[in-house]
Amino acid sequence: MLRDITLGQYYQTDSVIHKLDPRVKLIATICFIISLFVVKNWVGYVLAAVFLAVMIKLSNVPFRYMIKGMKAIIFILLITVVFNLFLTPGEVLWSVWKLKITKEGLHTAVMMAVRLSFLIIGSSVMTLTTTPNSLTDGMEKLMKPLKVFRVPVHEVAMMMSIALRFIPILLEETDKIMKAQIARGADFESGNLIKKAKAMVPLLVPLFISAFRRANDLAMAMEARCYRGGENRTKMKPLKYAGRDRIAYGVLTAYFAMCVVIRIYL
Amino acid sequence: MGIIKTDKLVFEYIRRDEEGNVEGITRAVDEVDLDVKQGDFVAILGHNGSGKSTLAKHINAILYPTEGAVWVDGMDTRDEKDLWNIRQEAGMVFQNPDNQIIGQVVEEDVGFGPENMGVPTEEIWERVEESLKAVGMYAYRKFSPNKLSGGQKQRVSIAGVIAMHPKCIILDEPTAMLDPNGRKEVVRAVRALNDVEGITVVLITHYMEEIIHADKVFVMDKGKVAMEGTPREIFSQVKRLKELRLDVPQVTLLAYELQRKGIELPDGILTVEELTQHLLQKYHMK
Repeated sequence: MLRDITLGQYYQTDSVIHKLDPRVKLIATICFIISLFVVKNWVGYVLAAVFLAVMIKLSNVPFRYMIKGMKAIIFILLITVVFNLFLTPGEVLWSVWKLKITKEGLHTAVMMAVRLSFLIIGSSVMTLTTTPNSLTDGMEKLMKPLKVFRVPVHEVAMMMSIALRFIPILLEETDKIMKAQIARGADFESGNLIKKAKAMVPLLVPLFISAFRRANDLAMAMEARCYRGGENRTKMKPLKYAGRDRIAYGVLTAYFAMCVVIRIYL
Repeated sequence: MGIIKTDKLVFEYIRRDEEGNVEGITRAVDEVDLDVKQGDFVAILGHNGSGKSTLAKHINAILYPTEGAVWVDGMDTRDEKDLWNIRQEAGMVFQNPDNQIIGQVVEEDVGFGPENMGVPTEEIWERVEESLKAVGMYAYRKFSPNKLSGGQKQRVSIAGVIAMHPKCIILDEPTAMLDPNGRKEVVRAVRALNDVEGITVVLITHYMEEIIHADKVFVMDKGKVAMEGTPREIFSQVKRLKELRLDVPQVTLLAYELQRKGIELPDGILTVEELTQHLLQKYHMK
């Protein structure tokens, strides 16, 4: 049961967006997020909405999966909206007791809500269409220039992919230890939050010990298979830009240019 | 000189207390002389703590000898410049299948070794394909390792080693954490490698059934080689094996007990077929 959880919420299907190079998707997501802060008026948001809608359509991922990501931030979204709504000074539209809704407040609140939801949906499009593995690959390749500043890019990417590989294994192990302790009378369910947290300690200790043991074994296995860092390493699946990636960059540039134009002239 | 050779190999674990003072020294491997010929299937037997895993780690240059020396294909493991060549030529498969699979997809894991060696991309794909086919896991190449059974995971690990084109493979109790079916799967794959591909195999185990096909068996006890010979020679000494706290295969044990009860049988019977044949012969003679 625990092993069924999917990581990075990848949605398996076939689409143009799925086939794009992870680097394109990473850059596009960053550009899209920047563009949301570049545009300031309705025309800009309509453009962003159209762009996003086209991407969702192309990705073949059902829209409800995009919405799922929203649930996590609904609380933040509400707080932002409420604060902006009541605390922005300006022309009063409506007031109750000490609370005033201003015209400017309404404007910023709506803007912020739209921005935040677009931001989340936009990044969901990326995570839903890219496997965690190719995402790591893309990041490694994109951050390669940072090597000049002695950033251990390859090592970080390797750590990320190993972590991804071991999360299900550790989850399964947690489940096993928990069951073993429940069988011997441990209680993880009752009591208040503090009591529950305390009950987790005897669970975490064996889990950590076994994680360290695994790390030791894995390091040995990697060395035995000639792993010696990123130097002189070749790739089984090297990232290569294809024709569709160039088109995607073109579309992205056009979209970003339009956003800038809208910002300056409208 | 054979592909693997050790000369009076000694390895000592030094136990230290919290201040770092030496508390005691455990001699895990004690003056072991080993000589393995190219293409051989060698089994190393021993109960827990007999030093067999420690010995295995020396062949892959994960541990270095305290005294004595280890040569792999003529290269001294203490020589740092040959380190990666040794690790490429003497591949190692470990006990826990989960702790040695690095990739998130079967084929990526098999490609990990060649990637490290700097093999060009197209050749990596060729090697991955041939290695997965050699262990019969080609159909699972796109699977996540988490979805495989223990025996399948171990076969993937073996494929990962073969993809590095080693001259020999050392398997350190590859079946200890598997169920009987998984054990059979793995042993079959290992034997195929030895028979078909001609790769030298060093199988470390404490399951007697797995070594009956070996060319040579070493039995270890307290860090020393206690017995040495062909499986038949080893299994004919049931009493000695029991002293070393090792179980013999059920058939061998049955033959041994029949012998003790006065039925004339040759020493060291290894398979059910063999025993039936001998018994039938006796029956017809009467």
